[in-house]
Amino acid sequence: MDHFSASNDCCPSVKNILLLDSEGKRVAVKYFSDDWATNGAKLAFEKNVFIKTLKTNARMEGIYDLHFFVTGGENENELLLTGVLQGFFDAITLLLRNNVDKREALENLDLIFLCVDEIVDEGIILETDASVIAGKVAIHSMDGGGAPLAEQTLSQALATAREHITRTLLR
Amino acid sequence: MAQPLVKKDDDRDDEAEYSPFLGIEKGAVLQEARVFNDPQLDPRRCSQVITKLLYLLNQGETFNKIEATEVFFSVTKLFQSRDIGLRRMVFLIIKELSPSADEVIIVTSSLMKDMNSKTDMYRANAIRVLCRITDGTLLTQIERYLKQAIVDKNPVVASAALVSGIHLLQTNPEIVKRWSNEVQEAVQSRAALVQFHALALLHQIRQNDRLAVSKLVTSLTRGTVRSPLAQCLLIRYTTQVIRESATNTQAGDRPFYDFLESCLRHKAEMVIFEAARAITELNGVTSRELTPAITVLQLFLSSSKPVLRFAAVRTLNKVAMTHPMAVTNCNIDMESLISDQNRSIATLAITTLLKTGNESSVDRLMKQITNFMSDIADEFKIVVVEAIRSLCLKFPLKYRALEEGGFEYKKAIVDSIVILIRDIPEAKESGLLHLCEFIEDCEFTYLSTQILHFLGIEGPKTSDASKYIRYIYNRVHLENATVRAAAVSTLAKFGAMVDSLKPRIFVLLRRCLYDSDDEVRDRATLYLNTLGGDGAVVETDKDVKEFLFGSLDIPLNNLETSLKNYEPSEEPFDLDAVPKEVKSQPLAEKKAPGKKPTGLGAPPSGPTSTVDAYEKLLSSIPEFSEFGKLFKSSAPVELTEAETEYAVNVVKHIFDRHVVFQYNCTNTIPEQLLENVSVIVDASEAEEFSEVATKPLRSLPYDSPGQTFVAFQKPEGVPAVGKFSNMLRFIVKEVDPSTGEALDDGMEDDYQLEDLEVVAADYMMKVPVANFRNAWESIGADFERVDEYGLGPRESLTEAVSAVISLLGMQPCEGTEVVPNNSRSHTCLLSGVFIGNVKLLVRLQFGVDGPKDIAMKLAVRSEDENVSDMIHEIVASG
Repeated sequence: MDHFSASNDCCPSVKNILLLDSEGKRVAVKYFSDDWATNGAKLAFEKNVFIKTLKTNARMEGIYDLHFFVTGGENENELLLTGVLQGFFDAITLLLRNNVDKREALENLDLIFLCVDEIVDEGIILETDASVIAGKVAIHSMDGGGAPLAEQTLSQALATAREHITRTLLR
Repeated sequence: MAQPLVKKDDDRDDEAEYSPFLGIEKGAVLQEARVFNDPQLDPRRCSQVITKLLYLLNQGETFNKIEATEVFFSVTKLFQSRDIGLRRMVFLIIKELSPSADEVIIVTSSLMKDMNSKTDMYRANAIRVLCRITDGTLLTQIERYLKQAIVDKNPVVASAALVSGIHLLQTNPEIVKRWSNEVQEAVQSRAALVQFHALALLHQIRQNDRLAVSKLVTSLTRGTVRSPLAQCLLIRYTTQVIRESATNTQAGDRPFYDFLESCLRHKAEMVIFEAARAITELNGVTSRELTPAITVLQLFLSSSKPVLRFAAVRTLNKVAMTHPMAVTNCNIDMESLISDQNRSIATLAITTLLKTGNESSVDRLMKQITNFMSDIADEFKIVVVEAIRSLCLKFPLKYRALEEGGFEYKKAIVDSIVILIRDIPEAKESGLLHLCEFIEDCEFTYLSTQILHFLGIEGPKTSDASKYIRYIYNRVHLENATVRAAAVSTLAKFGAMVDSLKPRIFVLLRRCLYDSDDEVRDRATLYLNTLGGDGAVVETDKDVKEFLFGSLDIPLNNLETSLKNYEPSEEPFDLDAVPKEVKSQPLAEKKAPGKKPTGLGAPPSGPTSTVDAYEKLLSSIPEFSEFGKLFKSSAPVELTEAETEYAVNVVKHIFDRHVVFQYNCTNTIPEQLLENVSVIVDASEAEEFSEVATKPLRSLPYDSPGQTFVAFQKPEGVPAVGKFSNMLRFIVKEVDPSTGEALDDGMEDDYQLEDLEVVAADYMMKVPVANFRNAWESIGADFERVDEYGLGPRESLTEAVSAVISLLGMQPCEGTEVVPNNSRSHTCLLSGVFIGNVKLLVRLQFGVDGPKDIAMKLAVRSEDENVSDMIHEIVASG
């Protein structure tokens, strides 16, 4: 799966996208690198990331019971990864209509999976603009009624989202 | 405690956390997947089932070959549905199932149909799916469509084809290379991401052709690349070209440097940072070239975004290793980061400053480091050790000359090295040698003795212990008596632990027998005897090791008092008889006298303030003399309100099989004399206790405190708890206040006192340990018990910490009972001795979990597994 990264360390790459709950347990994760061969190794990594960021202000506590992570290689440009993380978080915020909590995420897990799929393709960044990502995902969620996302005061949603952004940069 | 501690697991059950996937089970979901085969498809239902399948896979569940094949085949049926949402989920699950070649054929035609659909979203996703699962043979069939897609006017479709091209290049390079023209066209796209993907693919197609890459870079650096991501790529390619053309840079400007520098003024921070980092990593970068990059990184240091600060300080930290002077300009900004909430940033800032700072700032930095050494991650400890190492090389001479503040500075260095040695095994040998060299010219006796002690413990455990001997023996020659004595003890420890060194150690110790100082001589004599220095090289026996390495678990104050009281006699001084309880200030002393309006009376007080006194008092009462050694006496607990007629408090004395309540009573009514005073105790709420004796107080005149006792039996070794209700019973007589003569025969009366509880903490003695970590290691993990608790909503972290400490009744170590302001987490270390003389240590880790909720992890180590379990029971039921 990881055939691009070995020969081409030039291209920015994302190793994984993690959405964990307040105890560090998986809500949805996607790995793009085969650095972690087994599910056990992945779980250990997730735990590690979660614990590691407990003691830093790399993430916000107490506001959401969800934690968003995007990780890349040790030498990856941190700001570039932050861009991906911001896109991920903002897109989820839009898709969950500002109800960013674990329950809502689980109830709309299909949207979360689609969202991750639209952000990174096998490690290569596809899109980082939250409204574009959410727009692509929401094509089908709109048939369920409700106002289209665009009308749902997009900027307002983003503003609230930014205030509470949870982020981290690791590895 | 205000709020019962609840085990976290129970907590969870109460909440009954709702999840749509609660109790989900693979077999059932696979069963459900049969709806995919229904002639009348229900798109919504099918989407839900796919989500469940994806959820299972995401949680790490695996499908075996048969299951995967079955699911895949049923999923292919879903292409019949025209529901757009369902189709998205179908694309997704096909990718997740990664079908085998013969399975791929089944969906190929459906996907190819979607690739040519009018719906952009179908086209884009079908391309990604098909390219993911396809093999080379199929690729030639769809190549035509992919080339079209690359130049599709819809950016999503173009990106999908380009990204797929990047992946396919690894497996089918010949085919992808034929798309060069289309990719080149896409590089000019107005869509940001298309440009990025096209550039990445174009570069990869040409990456083995240096000239072509150079041309590509040359043309693009002149033009305008719109997307920040593409700009970052271009910076990377440019540095590659610079690196490869590095041969001819000795004179004149570096090619493309101007381009990198211009990127420092880009509007996207991502690009600015990429360029700055690229410049700092140029081979043989000059300070002139560095300056503009450092300037933008310096701006980032004071950004409000943690990620900018982190990225900048991390890069500057690297630069400081090779070009410390270039970074000095940032020192002021860097210093403000020392207190950054994000420890990673703070650590990087400090270690950078250690490399660039001047002597005057180093002192302060070292202190700062020791402060937070314990809660930074291991990789950062190594960063710190490297910094300290280079620091030691940088300033040794200067600091020897620096008199003022020298001690604090050196102590900080020593502390850091000691912490590092303890935490990082790889650092041990070099750290110990550092310390050896350090004492060579350390003018501080305190530090020298500390280091010698530490060397004695750690040195013998290393592979080549003999190399430290020279340093230690040098101290015997060159130092004052205190250090010499410490060096003798250290030598003895090496002798005790390393049998091969024994003969040599004995020679050295014998030389010390002629020292001018008696302490040094005494120690040498003692060690020669205990180690068998009379010639025979024998294995050191356990008692000797215990003597040399065991810690003295007795408070020094108590030992001092006991030694002063010891009168020379036939009976040797018994170390075990020294009380181990730390003297707590008795309640009585804390109360300001005269607080009571009744004036005269001294506040009710225990008759004495020390454990010794209690012990003496109790052993003087025949009824209690059989109870054995007093384990612990509690602080007095008030059983009456202030300003009542009779003031009573109680001290709980704990023995192995008994508990004695000592009621200290004070009569505050001048016109009364109390006689035959006793306390009637109702122990119905303390089932494990049975009353065995009471000792009434014959007379209690006005303002002259007296005691009455009640003794209970309880099961041995069990920390029995319970509630006791108390009634003061006495005969009250009227007296003439002036003479104190009784005026009548008196009458019996009762006076209700408050209830008294015996709690688990009463069975715990506060016994401090000198070095928690060493004690923790030496007690071992045999009886370690770890569990997590939710403490529920709490007023503050501080409140939660002190609540748990008082619940356990243990001694906080190393000042960890104090929670720094605004902490979100805290570690508290406790030590104590449980009834039965079982030593135990507890490590509590608190974290704020949710807005007010506090979670706690409790790890206990003790000499007895029952005690370890007991601690958890206490916390769980507290």
